Amino acid sequence: MQVSSSGLSGYWACLVLFVSVSAPATIEDVEGRLRERRYIGDRALATSIFLALKLQKPLFIEGEAGVGKTEAAKVMAEVLGARLIRLQCYEGIDLAHAVYEWNYPRQLLHIRLMGEGTNQTDRRVAEREIFSSEFLLRRPLLDAIDNDDANPPVLLIDEIDRSDEEFEAFLLELLSDFQVSIPEIGTIKARQVPFVVITSNRTREVHDALKRRCLYHWIDYPDLDKEVEIVRARAPEAADGLAREVAALVHGLRGMDLYKVPGVAETLDWARSLAALGATRIDAGLVNATMGAALKYQEDLERVREQVPALVEKAQRA
Amino acid sequence: MPEIVDLLPRLAAFARLLHDAGLEAGPRRLTDATRALGLIDLKQHDDFRSALRSVFVSRKEDIPTFEAAFDIFWAPPDPRASAGIMPGRNRSLPLSPERAKAWAGALGLHASQMNRENPAEFPASSSGYSAEELLRQKDFEQMTWAETEQVRRLLEQAPWRMAERRTRRLRPSRAGRIDLRRSARQAIRSSGELMTLFRRKPRVRRRPIVLICDVSGSMERYSRLLMIFAHAIARREDLEAFVFSTRLTRITRLLRQRDLDRALDSVSKGVHDFSGGTRIGDAVGDFNRRWARRVLGHGAVVIIVSDGWDRGDPAHLSAELVHLRRSAHRLIWLNPLLGSEGYEPLTRGMAAALPHCDDFLTAHNVQALDDLGRLLASLDSRKSR
Repeated sequence: MQVSSSGLSGYWACLVLFVSVSAPATIEDVEGRLRERRYIGDRALATSIFLALKLQKPLFIEGEAGVGKTEAAKVMAEVLGARLIRLQCYEGIDLAHAVYEWNYPRQLLHIRLMGEGTNQTDRRVAEREIFSSEFLLRRPLLDAIDNDDANPPVLLIDEIDRSDEEFEAFLLELLSDFQVSIPEIGTIKARQVPFVVITSNRTREVHDALKRRCLYHWIDYPDLDKEVEIVRARAPEAADGLAREVAALVHGLRGMDLYKVPGVAETLDWARSLAALGATRIDAGLVNATMGAALKYQEDLERVREQVPALVEKAQRA
Repeated sequence: MPEIVDLLPRLAAFARLLHDAGLEAGPRRLTDATRALGLIDLKQHDDFRSALRSVFVSRKEDIPTFEAAFDIFWAPPDPRASAGIMPGRNRSLPLSPERAKAWAGALGLHASQMNRENPAEFPASSSGYSAEELLRQKDFEQMTWAETEQVRRLLEQAPWRMAERRTRRLRPSRAGRIDLRRSARQAIRSSGELMTLFRRKPRVRRRPIVLICDVSGSMERYSRLLMIFAHAIARREDLEAFVFSTRLTRITRLLRQRDLDRALDSVSKGVHDFSGGTRIGDAVGDFNRRWARRVLGHGAVVIIVSDGWDRGDPAHLSAELVHLRRSAHRLIWLNPLLGSEGYEPLTRGMAAALPHCDDFLTAHNVQALDDLGRLLASLDSRKSR
C-alpha cells in the first residue's frame, strides 16, 4: 500500500514537472501570481521582476534582514513553474562548492579496479570514462546552466555579501555569458538562461561591476496595513486582531533605537508564537514572555522591557 | 506620455541629469532603460518610475537622488505650481552650482527649484543640517603646503603593514591540509597511484581598519593631521573612515581621491559639524546601529581618535563601547592629549571608555602615529580576550 502511494506521488510529481507554465505577460500578472502564492509585495517589486524576466537580466535584491528577499525568489520559482536552485554564499566559497567537482574517490577506485594487467588502450578508455558526467558532482551553478527543464530554472544566489571578491569576480564572468568550462569535458553553455536572483543584506558593499549587470530593487519594511496583510497571508493561524496588534507592536519597535531592528520574518515568528500560545489579543505579560521571537540582542530586550506597557497600549490603539 | 521613439532624446537627457547628480548612467544602462520602457505601459506613471529606478539605481543610497531627479525631470507641470499655490517640486539634487543652473535653464525651472538645500535627504554625501548645531565649515588651510607634503611622505613611507588574518579561502602551499582535488587529479594521470600529495592552506589578508575620528572643537588642532593620516592609510589599506562631533559622518568615499588636497576639501565640504561639541556615546551608538554590521565583517580593527571630552552621559558611552568591542577584533583609542606632560585620562568620557579599550595610545605627532603603525602590524591573529 505504501509502495503504491509513493509511486503515485512520484507519478504526479512527474506530471507537475512537465506542465509548462507560461511566463507572466504584464506587471499585473506578476503581481497577481505573487499574491496567489501569498507573497504580498509592492508594485515596484513586481515591476522589477517583470523587467528582469523580459530583459533576461539578473535581479539584485537588497534590503534589511528578514524583509522577504529570499522568499521572493522562492515564490518566483513557484510562479514560473520552475525549479529553484539555491546557492548559499559564504566566505571562501570556491568553484568546487559552487560549480562542479570530480568525484575523486570514485575515480580513483575505478582506475584501481582496472588492475595492473590491463593494456594501454584499455587504460585510455578508462581515463576517458572517469572524466564523464557519471563522475561529475554538479554544484548549483553548473546545475543552473546545464539544465533541460521545461521552464528555465530560478537560480537564487543568496547573501552574496557573505562571499569574497574572488567569488564575485567569477560570478561576474558567469553572469555575462552563462557558460562554464570544464577542462576535461569542454565548455557548457546554457541552452536556456536561468532567472537569476541575487540577494544581499548589505553587510558589505558588493562591487559595482556586478551590480551594473543586474536590475536593482531595494525592499523596504512594509507599512502597517501591508504588514498586517502579510501576517494574515503567511500566519493564518493568528486571529485578525492579533495580527494587527503584533504588526503594530513591531512597527513601534522599529521606531526605537535598537541594535537589531525586527524584520517581517520576526513579525511572523512572533504572531505564530502568540497564536501557538492560544492568544487572540496581546497584553504586557504575553509580550514580555515572547519578545525573544522579535528581539535578538540582550541590550535590546532590556531596553524594550521597560517600555512594554506603553508599546502594548499603543499597538492596541493602532 | 508620448510614444517610445519620441521619448528617447528625453531619456538620454534624463540619464545625463542622473550622471551629473553622481549616478552611474552609462550607455549600457540607457540601452536597458529603453528596452525596459518598451515593455511597460507608459501611461502607468508609477511603473514608469519603478522601471527606470531598477535600471539606473544600484545602491540604496542613490534612491533619494534618483527620486529627486525623476520628480524634477518627469513631473508634469503642476497647474497649482504656476498659480503660485505650491512650489511644484520640493526635492533637491546634489548638483554643482553651475550644473544646477544649466539644468534649471534646460528644464525651464527657476534655479531655486533645482537646488533647494535639504541635505538630510542625501546621507551619502552630507550629514544633515540642524539649527541647534554649532555648524561651521572649517577651513583646512592652516598647515603650509610644504609641511603637509612632509607629513604625508612620512606617513606613506612608514615601514609597517597592517596585521593579517586568515581567510577561509585556501591557496596551494607546501604545508597544510591535503588538497584532494589536485592530488587526485595527479594520481589519475599516473594510473591511480598517489605519487605526490598537494597541500593547501588558508590565504592571509590584511585586516580592515575602521577609523572613527573626533573632529569636535577640542580636537581642532589635530583634525587636519588626522585626516592626512587617514588619507595616507586609505591609499594602501582597507580603510573605512568616519568623523563625528555631534553626529557621525562616513567619509570613506571622500578619502578615496588620490589628491590629498582635493580629498580634504571634499571632507570639509561634506562634513557639516566640524568643531561642534562632542557626544561620543551617540556617535559610537550610531556607528553600532548603522554601520557595525556592514564594516566590521572581516575581523576589523577599530580605532577611535578622541580626547574624551564628552558632553553626553558616560554610562551611555560605556554601554556602546562594550557592544562595539564585542564586534571588533580590537578596539584602540588614540588620545592626542596623552602626549602632553602630566596628562591623566580624567575626563569623564575617557574614564568611562578606558576599561573597554584594548589599547590606549597617543596621537599628537607623526612619531606617535608611527608607533600606532607598529602596533597594527603586530596584532595577534586572535582576540586577546
